[in-house]
Amino acid sequence: MTTFLRRTGMQIPWLKLLARHHVIWCLVVSALLPLNSYAADDPAANNRLEPALKLLKTGSFKEKLHAIELLAASGDPLALNYLKPLLQARLYYRKDNGDIVIAEREGSQYQLTAPVDGTALGRVKKRSIKKITINNAMRRLLREKIAGLSLTNPDPKIREAAVNEMITSRANGLARTLKGLVDQEEDASVKALMQTGIALGVLDTGTDEEKIAAISQLSHSLNPAVRNRLEQLSADAGTSKIGKAARKALVTIEGRVAFYNHIETLFFGLSLGSVLVLAAIGLAITFGVMGVINMAHGELIMLGAYTTYLIQQMMPAYIGWSLLVAVPAAFLVSGAVGIVIERGIIRFLYGRPLETLLATFGVSLILQQIVRTVISPQNVPVLNPSWMSGSLQVNSVLSLTYNRLYIIVFSLAVFIALFLVLKKTRLGLGVRAVSQNRAMARAMGVRSGRVDAMTFGLGSGIAGVAGVALSQLTNVGPNLGQSYIIDSFMVVVFGGVGSLLGTLVAGLSLGVANKILEPSVGAVLAKILVLVFIILFIQKRPRGLFPQKGRAVEN
Amino acid sequence: MILIDILKKDRGGQIFLAVLLVTTVTVACLNLAVPESSVWHVSTYTVTLLGKYLTYALLAVAVDLVWGYLGILSLGHSAFFALGGYAMGMYLMRQIGDRGVYGNANLPDFMVFLNWHELPWFWYGFDMFWFAALMVVLVPGILAFIFGWLAFRSQVTGVYLSIITQALTYALMLAFFRNEMGFGGNNGLTDFKDILGFDLQADSTRIGLFVASAIALALGYLACRYIVNSRLGRVAVAIRDAEDRTRFIGYRVDHVKLWIFTFSAVLAGVAGALYVPQVGIINPGEFSPLNSIELVVWVAVGGRATLYGAVLGAIAVNYGKTYFTAALPDLWLFALGALFILVTVLLPRGIVGLLRRREATQ
Repeated sequence: MTTFLRRTGMQIPWLKLLARHHVIWCLVVSALLPLNSYAADDPAANNRLEPALKLLKTGSFKEKLHAIELLAASGDPLALNYLKPLLQARLYYRKDNGDIVIAEREGSQYQLTAPVDGTALGRVKKRSIKKITINNAMRRLLREKIAGLSLTNPDPKIREAAVNEMITSRANGLARTLKGLVDQEEDASVKALMQTGIALGVLDTGTDEEKIAAISQLSHSLNPAVRNRLEQLSADAGTSKIGKAARKALVTIEGRVAFYNHIETLFFGLSLGSVLVLAAIGLAITFGVMGVINMAHGELIMLGAYTTYLIQQMMPAYIGWSLLVAVPAAFLVSGAVGIVIERGIIRFLYGRPLETLLATFGVSLILQQIVRTVISPQNVPVLNPSWMSGSLQVNSVLSLTYNRLYIIVFSLAVFIALFLVLKKTRLGLGVRAVSQNRAMARAMGVRSGRVDAMTFGLGSGIAGVAGVALSQLTNVGPNLGQSYIIDSFMVVVFGGVGSLLGTLVAGLSLGVANKILEPSVGAVLAKILVLVFIILFIQKRPRGLFPQKGRAVEN
Repeated sequence: MILIDILKKDRGGQIFLAVLLVTTVTVACLNLAVPESSVWHVSTYTVTLLGKYLTYALLAVAVDLVWGYLGILSLGHSAFFALGGYAMGMYLMRQIGDRGVYGNANLPDFMVFLNWHELPWFWYGFDMFWFAALMVVLVPGILAFIFGWLAFRSQVTGVYLSIITQALTYALMLAFFRNEMGFGGNNGLTDFKDILGFDLQADSTRIGLFVASAIALALGYLACRYIVNSRLGRVAVAIRDAEDRTRFIGYRVDHVKLWIFTFSAVLAGVAGALYVPQVGIINPGEFSPLNSIELVVWVAVGGRATLYGAVLGAIAVNYGKTYFTAALPDLWLFALGALFILVTVLLPRGIVGLLRRREATQ
C-alpha cells in the first residue's frame, strides 16, 4: 500500500503538468491520433488500460485490487470513468464479447453505456452481462484512488471537492499526498484548502512540535472539519501542550465565525431593509411629496407582481429574460393604474388627507377583488430565473444568496434612478415646485394638475417595480400588498415624510434591527418590538429621522 | 331633567332614541311572546344579529366622538374593541370550568393543549364578573390613556396619528396571534357556556344581551351627546377646526384630546365586551387594521359629527355586509370598496347630510 502511494505521489505531478499545460496535452493527443481532439476516443489510451481492465473481470478480489492500483497508476484521466462506476457497483462486463460497460436497470432489462464516452450501447437481458463485484477492501482503495486522480483533474472545482472529500474522510497519508501536490496547485482557494488538509494530516502523524505548528496554522481556517478535529483534539489531549494550543485555536476560530455570522445577519438585514425601501419608496413620493395617503399602494405592488406572473405565462421559454421585461411592464401597468386613480378620485380630495386615506382604501379593496375574480383567489406561481438562485460562497461559514444580493443592488438602483428623476429632470422640478408651494408654482406656469398625475404615476410605477422584486421573494397572491402597506408607512414616517434619503436610511435600519432581534426573540416579537419602537420614536421626533424644514412643514 | 337638557336641541337624537326604544321592546316581545309558528315571530338568530349591530353602532359612536368632534382619525379603535372583547372572553372562558374538552377545572382548554400547568398571572381574577367588567373598562382605557398621553403631548397629529394608531393595532394583532401570549393564539377564545349563570344558548339570555346592548348604546349615545354639548365638547370642536389657535388662546389641547380619546376607547371596550357573548368567539382577527378602517367608513357613510349618523351608518353597512356575503359573496368587497370611494368623494356628509339637504330644500 505505502509503496504504491509513493508511486502515485511521483506519478501525479507529471500528469498534473500535462493536464495543466493543455497545449502540450493536445499536442500529445494529436500526435497520437490527428483526427480526434480528445483522448476519450483514443484507442491507444484504452490500450494502456487494457491489461488492468482484463484483471477486473477475474473473480479474485486480490487480482481486482491489483487492477485498481494499475488503473490508478496509469495516470490516465479515463481511469476515473471506470473507477467511479465501479465504486457505485454499476460496472458490468458483457458475457458475449467481454466489453466492460456501465449498466443501469430499466424494468426487466439493463441499459448499457460505454464508460469511455457515455454512448448508449442498447438494452440487454440480465443474463447477458455480469456484475464486477467489489468488497470493502476494494471500496476503501477505490475511494482513495478516485480522490487521488480527482486531485489532478484540470477543473479546480473537482480538485477542491476531492480535497474536501479526503479531509472529511480523514484519508490515510493525507499530509503526504497533498504535500506532493500543493506546490503545483495554481488555484489559490484549492491551494489554501490543501494546506489545511496537510496541517490536519500532520495532526494525525506528526511530532508534537509539528502538531503545535499545524494547530496554529489551522487557527486561520473556518473549515467545519477543522473545527471538529480541534474540538476532538482538545478533548483527547486534555491539559497537554497540544490540548491547550487546540483550545486557543478554537477560541480564535469561534471569534471569526461569530464575526462572519454578524456579517451574515447584517446582510440579511440589509436585504430585508432593501425590500422595505423598495416597497416604501413609491409611497415616499405619493405620501411624502404630494401629501396623499395612498392605501392602495400595496395593491399597486401586487399588480407589479402579477404582471411578472403574466409575462412569465406569455414567454415560458425565456424565464431568464422575463424579469427584464417585467420591470418596465410592471412600471407601466402600475403607473397607468396610479394615474387613473389620481385623475378619477384623488384630485377631488386634495387638502383632505384623511379622506384620501379612506377612498384609496376602497380602491385597494376593489383591486384585490378584481385580481381574485379575474385571475385566482389562490397564490400564483412565479418562477425564479436560474441566475437568481444559488449563492456566493465567501468562505465556508459565510455564503450570500444571489437573490438577496440582487435585491439590495436593485433597490439601490431604483433609489438612485428616482433620486435623479426628482433632482435632474423637468418633471422633478415641477414635482418639487408643486409640493413646496402649489399656488406659486401655478402662477409660474407649472401645470399642477399634470404634475400631480405624473407624480402619482411615478410613485405607483415604482410600486409596480417593487412588485417584480417581491414576486421573487414571497408568495404572489391577492393579499400580497396588504402585508407590506403598514410596513411601508412605518418606513416613510420613521424616515421623515418628504425625504427620500430618510426612506432609504429608515428602511435599511429597520430591516437590520429586525434581523438582529430575530434570533433572540423570534420573528413575530421582533416585528412587534420594531413597531413599538417606531410608535415611541414618533413621540420623540414627530417628523421622523430627516424632518423637512421651512414653511412647507406646517400643514 | 338631565335627559331633557341633553336632548333639547338634538332632533336626530330624539328620533334615534325613540326608534331604539320601540325596536328593542318590539323585538323582545315578538321573540318571547309570539310562538315560533307565527309570521310575526322574530327568530333568536335575528335578535343576536341585531344585538351585534347595536354593539357595532356603539363602537361607531365612539369613533364619531373622536373623529367627528375632535378631528382624530383613529385607525386603532378595533384594538380597544377587541381588548374589551378579550376581557369579557376571559371571564366567559373561566366560567366554562371543567366542562371543556379536557375537563380541567383550573385551566382553559387551549392551555391544557399547550401543556401549561398553571394559570398565567394575568388571568387571575377573571373568574369574577365584577373584575372582568372592571377590566373591560380599564384595559382599553389605560392603553388609550398612555398612548394618547405620549402622542398628544408631543403633538402628533393628523395623518401621523392615524398611522401610528394603525401600527398599534397591527402590533397587538401580531402579539395576540402568538400562542405564548396566553390568549389562545389564532383560535382565540371560544366555546363559551354561560354568563353570570345564564346559559348563553338560551333565548332569554340572548334577549337579555340584546337589551343590554340597546341600553349600552343609548347610554353611550347620551354620554357622548352630553360631552359634545358641554364646554369640553365645544373646545373639542375648536381643536378640530383650528388646533393651533385653540392652543394659543390658552386651552390645554392635549388634555382635552386625552380625556375624550380615553373615554372613546372605554366605550369601544364596552362595545367589544357586549359583542363577544353574542357572537360566541373572540380572536386576533378583530385587531386587524382592516376592521379599524371599515368602522371609520360606517361613520363616514352615516355622516360625521352627528353621533346618530354613526349609528345609522354602522347598521346600514353591516346589514349590507350580512346580505351581500350571503347572497353575492364575490360582490361584497367591490361594494364596500365602491362605498368607500363614493362616500368620500360624493357624500362627504354621509346619509345624514343627504337627508338634511333634502329637508332644507323642501
